[in-house]
Amino acid sequence: MTRSNGQDAGSTFAGSETGFLRFVDVKKSYDRKTLVVNGFSLDVAKGEFITLLGPSGSGKTTILMLLAGFESVTGGDIEIDGVPVTRIAPYDRNIGVVFQNYALFPHMTISENLAYPLRARKMGRQAIASLVEEYLSLVELDGFANRFPAQLSGGQRQRVALARALIFEPALVLMDEPLGALDKKLREQMQFEITRLHQKLGFTVIYVTHDQTEALTMSDRIAVFNDGVVQQCASPDELYERPRNAFVANFIGENNMLPGEVVETVGAKVRVSVANGKEITARLADVSSAGAPCRISVRPEKMFIKTDRTGYDNEIPAKFIVQHYVGDFIRYYFELDDGTEVTVKLLNDLDAPKLGQGEIAGLMWQASDCYAFNTD
Amino acid sequence: MTAASLRDRTSQSGSTLTREEMAVATRALNRRRLTAFALVTPLLAFIGFAFVAPITTMLHQGVYNPTVAELIPDTLARLQDWDGRGTPDDSVLATMAVDLKRLANDRTAGKLAEELNRGLPGTSSVVKATARKLRNVADHDLPSVGAALLLEANDRWSSPELWRTVREAGKRYSERNFLTALDLERSPDGEIQRRESARIYIQLYVKTIKMALIITVLTFLLGYPLAYMMANSSSRVANTMLIFILLPFWTSLLVRTTSWIALLQTNGVINSLLMGIGITTQPIEMMYTEFATIVAMTHVLLPFMVLPLYSVMKGIDPSLMRASLSLGARPIPSFLRVYFPMTLSGLSAGGLLVFIISVGYYITPALVGGTDGQMISNVIAFHMQQSNNWELAAALGTLLLVVIVCLYWAYDRMVGAGNIKLG
Repeated sequence: MTRSNGQDAGSTFAGSETGFLRFVDVKKSYDRKTLVVNGFSLDVAKGEFITLLGPSGSGKTTILMLLAGFESVTGGDIEIDGVPVTRIAPYDRNIGVVFQNYALFPHMTISENLAYPLRARKMGRQAIASLVEEYLSLVELDGFANRFPAQLSGGQRQRVALARALIFEPALVLMDEPLGALDKKLREQMQFEITRLHQKLGFTVIYVTHDQTEALTMSDRIAVFNDGVVQQCASPDELYERPRNAFVANFIGENNMLPGEVVETVGAKVRVSVANGKEITARLADVSSAGAPCRISVRPEKMFIKTDRTGYDNEIPAKFIVQHYVGDFIRYYFELDDGTEVTVKLLNDLDAPKLGQGEIAGLMWQASDCYAFNTD
Repeated sequence: MTAASLRDRTSQSGSTLTREEMAVATRALNRRRLTAFALVTPLLAFIGFAFVAPITTMLHQGVYNPTVAELIPDTLARLQDWDGRGTPDDSVLATMAVDLKRLANDRTAGKLAEELNRGLPGTSSVVKATARKLRNVADHDLPSVGAALLLEANDRWSSPELWRTVREAGKRYSERNFLTALDLERSPDGEIQRRESARIYIQLYVKTIKMALIITVLTFLLGYPLAYMMANSSSRVANTMLIFILLPFWTSLLVRTTSWIALLQTNGVINSLLMGIGITTQPIEMMYTEFATIVAMTHVLLPFMVLPLYSVMKGIDPSLMRASLSLGARPIPSFLRVYFPMTLSGLSAGGLLVFIISVGYYITPALVGGTDGQMISNVIAFHMQQSNNWELAAALGTLLLVVIVCLYWAYDRMVGAGNIKLG
């Protein structure tokens, strides 16, 4: 809920390498009234791939701008290798940035684009030429040296942008929705490419995206942003399996949200009554007192339609509405007694049941697969 | 595309059209071409009427001058045989006397006098006085006594220089106006040489180009930061500034120029201010100088520089400068290597516009320039309105056109006209 969440998660991940990049209670306001970033703290280890994930306007791009030095912090501090950088000019920070729209210089050829950071560093002609060649082949663009950016496809331009951000061997690379402008297939290809380069060269990545699939597949850790604060910062599987609050549960992946009321808490478990008095068991997330309204989140693929199998902790009846055939799986839409819509995702195999419209079926799931969240 | 090329295309692609299909396709194509042509016809007609025809007339008028040839055709015919040395024989002089009398009676002798005076100053009075004297001589006496009368009226009729002028002025097609415009003349031997007296036009062309260049540079220095600021501010601020830039466009040129008079004159606003705060004790002469012309024209032409620059800068992705900074280049090198090259197309367009417009500018220098701040266009206007020498005006105008075309060609070679971008 607050910045302490982010800090906790950061320190739980922390190994011996912690502290390469540190955000300490960073705040940013553009208009002197509202804080776009409200107390952002994060420890990043060397070589880590961190994704800032959140809806647009959540402040994640602002973090990048602060880190790159294009905007100044309103409060707090940013340290790289123990050195505060907030007063260092962007051109002295030695941070590679990959922009959403590539930001390749249109009047320079690809090799001139790649040579640009090296020329700014006054490297020798020979050294520049060999580095340019090396990085062109690294991103598999040999032979494109003398083309202009306009003559390349979107994916190729993205690779050039990537090579240009890496060629001066920065220890830290920022990527601001770098794949946003690409189509789905290219995007997957480039995700693979970025991961490959990251593993090969070992630089630290701060990656900004609003695409959760991208975040889940690429990152070591993901910081989920909303309203200028980190809601949760954890590894992809932890975020998905153990969301800390309703926002994270909803934002990462699909979720069914069943409104209910807390009956009692028993250790890490909680008894909740949902859908006109049906009592179920869920894991305790951030609800506390008995009698409080809450929401139960269950992922569609963790729910099952009642067959002769047993051994599930929870079961409630629901009315079948319609099913969508997706191919590798089938989506079933149900409605509970109180009108809540529920989606169930089942593998398209022999077990997938056939239901008639309006038929009442039992939905079952394990208590460990659902969480009770505060409603706010 | 013709039917033949249509057939080529189809045979390349492998499928063939039947003769009937081809006819249909050709008809559709022709119809489309006809429609397109019909749509631009009014414009073509207008351009022909309002642009091509006047320009052609001007080019023609610079070399074609039939006035003298029409006034004294007989004399000119007899002058054909004259070798250019010594006084022509009496028959020529007599014919001139006959022509002059006729002109005197038609009251067109003044026209001849004016034309001849242009070639040889001082001839006007000779022609007019002689014509006046000949008016009362009987027609039948003239062929016999004409020569004597002519010489009696003024002894300059014996001068070969005058007759050479007559013969030269009598040519229907001649390059003399262009020679004049280039400060050249023909020597008595027919050689082209530099004119000894009144070398003004070359100097004026050079001055005009120099002033146009200064104005272009000034509009760039003032306009570039302004356009940059507009392109990088919020749309509300940018629109407000745009209105201020366009405001001069909506005010009459005359009003704007006159307001400069109010500011710059001896007892004007600026001088009062300078004297008031004690910077000078004497008023500075700013009005009717080159300075006044340059200041007022820079003001008038600033929008032509700002608007193309603004529209080009508006299209530049702000993340490019950020990218440059993040790659380690300092702000000034970043600007010079990334931003500035990308604005060159707008700068070309703006610079070319301002330069070409200012080379031919008329009103502002005429009003605030005095004699010092005159440009070539003012002299062209002078020859059209006051000295009534349209041929010379046409020649000067043609040369101005040639100068501009040459400069444009040089520009195209250096920068490439294809790079011009107005928005």
